[in-house]
Amino acid sequence: MTTPSRWRALTRHHLFWPVAVLVALLLVNVPFTPDFFAIHMTNGHLYGSLVSIVLFGSPLILVAVGMTLVIATGGIDLSVGAVVAITGALTCSYISDQADQDSLSGVFLAMGIGLVAAVVCGLWNGFLVARMGIQPIIATLIIMVAGRGVAQLITDGQIITINSSPYQLIGGGYWLTLPFSIFVVAAVVAVTVALTRRTALGLLVEAVGGNAEASRLVGIRSRRIKIMVYVFCALCAGIAGLMISSNTSAADGNNAGLWIELDAILAVVIGGTSLLGGRFSIGGTVIGALVIQTLTTTIYTIGVPTQTNLVFKAAVVIVVCLLQSPKFRAKVFGARARVTAPAEPAAVAETAPKMEVS
Amino acid sequence: MAEPQPVLEMTGIVKEFPGVRALSGVDFRLFPGEIHALMGENGAGKSTLIKVLTGVYTLDGGTITLDGKSVRIASPLQAQHAGISTVYQEVNLCPNLSVAENIFIGREPTRAGRIQWKRIRSEAAKLVDRLGLDIDVTAPLSSYPLAVQQLVAIVRSVGTGDSDGEGSGTKVLVLDEPTSSLDRDEVLELFRLMRQLRDEGVAILFVSHFLDQIYEICDRMTVLRNGTLVGEHMVRDLDQVGLIELMIGKALDQLEELHDHQLHADVGESLLKAEGLGRNGGIAPFDLDIKKGEVVGLAGLLGSGRTELARLLFGADQSDAGKVTIGGKQVAMSAPNDAIGAGIAFCSENRKTEGLVPDLTVRENIILALQAARGWTRPIPTAQRDELVAKYIKALDIRPANPEARVGQLSGGNQQKVLLARWLITQPKLLILDEPTRGIDIGAKTEIQKLVVSLSEDGMSVLYIAAELEEVLRLSHTIGVLRDRKLVAQLTNGPEITTGKILETIASGEHQ
Repeated sequence: MTTPSRWRALTRHHLFWPVAVLVALLLVNVPFTPDFFAIHMTNGHLYGSLVSIVLFGSPLILVAVGMTLVIATGGIDLSVGAVVAITGALTCSYISDQADQDSLSGVFLAMGIGLVAAVVCGLWNGFLVARMGIQPIIATLIIMVAGRGVAQLITDGQIITINSSPYQLIGGGYWLTLPFSIFVVAAVVAVTVALTRRTALGLLVEAVGGNAEASRLVGIRSRRIKIMVYVFCALCAGIAGLMISSNTSAADGNNAGLWIELDAILAVVIGGTSLLGGRFSIGGTVIGALVIQTLTTTIYTIGVPTQTNLVFKAAVVIVVCLLQSPKFRAKVFGARARVTAPAEPAAVAETAPKMEVS
Repeated sequence: MAEPQPVLEMTGIVKEFPGVRALSGVDFRLFPGEIHALMGENGAGKSTLIKVLTGVYTLDGGTITLDGKSVRIASPLQAQHAGISTVYQEVNLCPNLSVAENIFIGREPTRAGRIQWKRIRSEAAKLVDRLGLDIDVTAPLSSYPLAVQQLVAIVRSVGTGDSDGEGSGTKVLVLDEPTSSLDRDEVLELFRLMRQLRDEGVAILFVSHFLDQIYEICDRMTVLRNGTLVGEHMVRDLDQVGLIELMIGKALDQLEELHDHQLHADVGESLLKAEGLGRNGGIAPFDLDIKKGEVVGLAGLLGSGRTELARLLFGADQSDAGKVTIGGKQVAMSAPNDAIGAGIAFCSENRKTEGLVPDLTVRENIILALQAARGWTRPIPTAQRDELVAKYIKALDIRPANPEARVGQLSGGNQQKVLLARWLITQPKLLILDEPTRGIDIGAKTEIQKLVVSLSEDGMSVLYIAAELEEVLRLSHTIGVLRDRKLVAQLTNGPEITTGKILETIASGEHQ
């Protein structure tokens, strides 16, 4: 294989652009923070910008991984932020009612209650979408709006603070020199990949998202699959909720996981999964979430003024999305490449040509 | 008499795709006021040539001359501006808009930035009237059957190029398989419109798999094979046998083989019995008995209830009367799952919308039904999966023989084979084929018919639906005749049954 063709194969890989963007964003930090890539050990814990990016990005990765499967079926889940809040609120309020907040059994029970609530939210979403045939964006809007109210009810409109060292481990603790949440994320991602690619779930999800009617006629129980992915997505959001409330040792019904659904959708799209459904990539989503978290970190390290940081973020996201578009790349990079190509008779095609072979 | 100047001349057209030379140096010309057929098997390069002409693809070599001037067509829009309009097999209009809006969509007459709705309506009405069509332009497009929608698409393309409603800016009209879902009357109406446009001087490029239609309407034809030009002939100078030989590049042995084929006699016990099965608005209650190893053909006009009957047997639609027994046991057909569990497979007539998942690979599409039956927790082991897929790709000669190819990129005939493979690996007892040969070339057609014969010889029952009566007659032991959403007769095939007889039954609605 010649070098150019190997290069072309690399650029055609579906993770090439997300990874390229991530690397570029990381490099942007170096002039501002020369020891950006340095990782050092303090008190047996690893510290460094890279570790922080993964740590702070953990909840987003979890939510985005769940969102990927929902989007792959052609749906969308706007309720994940509210589910984050509900889970955190329930768990923290249960722990705060305990006499001994450090009791392991109490903490496990609290987490169980929180996650069951998340699953119930997922079942409700799945029921509305798969059984009632309500459009996903509307169906999940219900919990997006009402869920925050529920979380406020649970916390009585207050921010509940707790003081439980076992619970703090999930989002704020360390294990084997690394933040514990990194292990949680790794486990969830590994389980998701195994669940979708080691079984036939991934194929069936892609079939349902790729052509719903054909899937029905081929005997796929698509309702069941849809309910499953909404429950899974809510469960991921629930774990993210535990992580966020654990990290701050507090449950804030109002602000926990606020707008995380939008970042998660963005992460999925940056990762190369189409919002129309069908093909999905968990690896791409993880990269996408890291891109967004790196972007947030970069905004702080390069000192973008707070009042303009949303504008800055939006600008970068636009560039990332444009880079991902084959049409845009053909227009910008393709046009230049063609000058050197031998006598091309016609201009760039409007649509990317599809190969038709028989 | 000196030959008139061609309106369109394509010379030395080359189009390459990664790994495939779809067109190698094809010449093609089109004269004003003629209907010209582009003939060839699937994959011969017809679609590619049309897409080059209409700007969907950019060509890799050769020149296009329009009205004596060399042109470069880089986009469908440029093609339209140059006077080349296209109507595809699937109507690309907006069903929720009115007919008039559809005719003018994208080029609405405006005054001071405001769309002149009144003018759109009146001009659309004038255009429709001039073309001798009886269509209410204010009604939503979806209120008309597909055939009329297709006529509207043609009206729209003829109206392109000028918005003052006088004459037509279209010099070349490309019709890609417009008749594949039309019934006889609708085809006649289409042909009337085509002749009128031809007499007005429009050059029409017509693609159809129905040879009879080619011979009925076309003046001249160009034959392609494997991306090269085989020849250009006046239709009256070339008979059908000669044409088919040009298209497939060999004599008609394999076709004749099928003509001589004898229906095998060992039809077994009853497999599926439908009693009083029906659905309001779909099909009137009917009784049907399908035996093991039997081919039951369904004949009837488009919309006579053939598809509706098949869908009830598969549970794709729910029946509101009657029952189905399979192997003596009653089966509640509430969803396709129930039918699949009972050993029924269904290849829908709409490959794209109800059959394939275009983004998935050939392999994934082939194993989908089997995998769905096994459930998501039990994936087919990789080795077994690859072996099965390879076996069926080979057995059905699916091209390219690459299990990783995206199904959406395959030609129609190969897509149909992928669908067949999907169901054959589930080893069904009853295979329902709804128009399996529609829109595919004669070679693939023959292969699929031969497959049906050999499957039934091996004991599989087949319910076969086809618009072409010869096909039904050739393959079926029993022929169910439908008319106006009613199963009006069941004829046992024999020497006295002819297409004429079936037509009579359809026409009279009763069995003599």
